[in-house]
Amino acid sequence: MYETIGIWVGALFTLAIYSFLYKENPIYRLAEHLVVGISAGYGMAITYQITVKPRLIDPLLSGDHWILLIPGILGILYITRFIPRISWLSRYPIGFYMGTSMGVYFPLTMKANVLRQLEGAMVPLYQSGMAWYEVTGNIIMILGTLAALIYFFFSKPHKGLFFGTGSKIGIWVIMVGFGATFGFTVMGRISLLIGRIQYLLGDWLHVIE
Amino acid sequence: MRKNWIGIPALMILLLLPSLSVAQGDDEILTPVAEEQLEEPDPGLDVPGAVTVQDKDNDAGDNLLVSFELPANTEGIFAYNVYRRVAGELGEEAWNLVEVIPAEELPEFIDGYDPEYPISTGVLYEYRVASTTVDGEEFFGPIFEAGIVSKGEIYHTGKTKVLIAGGLFIFLIFYYFGKAQRGAKMYLRPIAGIEAIDEAIGRATEMGKPVLYVPGLSGIADVATIASLTILGRVAKKIALYQTPLIVPNRDPIVFTVAEEVVKQAYLEAGRPDAYDPDSVFFLTTSQFAFVAGVNGMMMREKPATNFYLGMFWAESLLLAETGSLSGAIQIAGTDAVTQLPFFITTCDYTLIGEELYAASAYLGREPKQIGALKGQDACKAIIMSFITVALIFGIIDVVANTHILDWLRDLVTTPIIE
Repeated sequence: MYETIGIWVGALFTLAIYSFLYKENPIYRLAEHLVVGISAGYGMAITYQITVKPRLIDPLLSGDHWILLIPGILGILYITRFIPRISWLSRYPIGFYMGTSMGVYFPLTMKANVLRQLEGAMVPLYQSGMAWYEVTGNIIMILGTLAALIYFFFSKPHKGLFFGTGSKIGIWVIMVGFGATFGFTVMGRISLLIGRIQYLLGDWLHVIE
Repeated sequence: MRKNWIGIPALMILLLLPSLSVAQGDDEILTPVAEEQLEEPDPGLDVPGAVTVQDKDNDAGDNLLVSFELPANTEGIFAYNVYRRVAGELGEEAWNLVEVIPAEELPEFIDGYDPEYPISTGVLYEYRVASTTVDGEEFFGPIFEAGIVSKGEIYHTGKTKVLIAGGLFIFLIFYYFGKAQRGAKMYLRPIAGIEAIDEAIGRATEMGKPVLYVPGLSGIADVATIASLTILGRVAKKIALYQTPLIVPNRDPIVFTVAEEVVKQAYLEAGRPDAYDPDSVFFLTTSQFAFVAGVNGMMMREKPATNFYLGMFWAESLLLAETGSLSGAIQIAGTDAVTQLPFFITTCDYTLIGEELYAASAYLGREPKQIGALKGQDACKAIIMSFITVALIFGIIDVVANTHILDWLRDLVTTPIIE
């Protein structure tokens, strides 16, 4: 019974959201406001259930982990935004969060986005047993990486043989890469659409198995 | 008196013997805990043998390397379930399933990665491993006490290369930063997307319609979000001067708080604090597609003349940009999400690609400090390009002269995937 109601609600709201394809209309507006409101409320409940309660309130009530009072107080300082006289206190948790995040992410980014990428670009041009297309691929990859890096030079004019031609090749390499990504992602989106149509025609209307 | 001097070293040796025996147990442990053997192994499945526990190097004392002996007969075994509990605790509920290792994989893992069951520094644990059938039936081996406890290290030896590279990059940025502050002239090449920002705001002012600014859907820790909020400050300042309405919907509560402060500050700097509308920056919802539904609805109702999508975006990028395109707005997007850039490029008038987004703030502000930092980043890129070029030359030498000098260069930058 409840499952059937759920399927009907899901299907009708799917159609309500799809009605946007025609134009913005009151049915879409109803679905939009419901999904925004429900998701905000649901998000708050989920945050309480999976973060605040098990990771802060329960350990504190058990009498251990008094250290958790520090993040607890920092979290409460966010709420001071509602009291204009002391709203400046909310800057402390924001500053703490931004500072620690930068500290944590800096070495990770340096490793993942610089050193490991650099290592990946240092491939041998040829090794015994390599097919011709692998050798060609390696050469294109190395020269393409260099050209794309030239494109992202901001303090030099893109003129002349090195910066001018290099950046032109670079933007071509980037666009070819984007083209491949575009096609790949569109395929993923089509599969999402197929999933929704299967829901409407299968679970709801039982037209397909 | 002399006899006493002989007695002291003898006493010390006696005292040291127990600690030496503990130290020997650093690698391979483990004595079965006899009194609490579980049920007799079912003859249906053979059970794993001794469990070995070692302390993992270069951690914060929150990891242990655990391995175990495979059973003599592995027939019918689907996986191995590894359980852990604090030594001394009793009862079945004290055991936590910390790892499931498929039968075909190596019988070893790093314990402590699961945030539900962390390893605490200095705590002694016990392990037991069960052979499981495909139906989930478990056949337990004996319980082993880990003879060591986890210890933390102050310095991570595996991150020395990251430290050197990070130090070098920071030095270069601060070097050019200082140079710019001393008044050195620095050139910045034009970027079409950034130059169009003024034009886009002007268009909205002329049409008397609002400007929509979406600072991405990621959190405040994301570099793209930080770059976006800096640009928001510049854009809001111009908007305050032109008296154009501004709409800034937010998905992340902390980003919302910062965005609100940034816009308020921009209006103040523009000398128009009275023109600031507290409702212009608002929190919508944390749900990704509910956020898109809300912003799309706003686009079609409010019909903003200019849409900015600057920051981190995921699958919603095309939904936002396509709707904006339908509403007839001029659109400027910028993100470092490689998978979303193609969608922005196809649907927006201007797109800031990757690092152009980070550079946009320096372009808009033209402050010497930021321009210097940008120059420093270019120097970092030059170093990376030099490494790749040298690697290319070494690669050619390797092919021609049959040497292995590229491997040497590669080793200089190689960092382990798992530390």
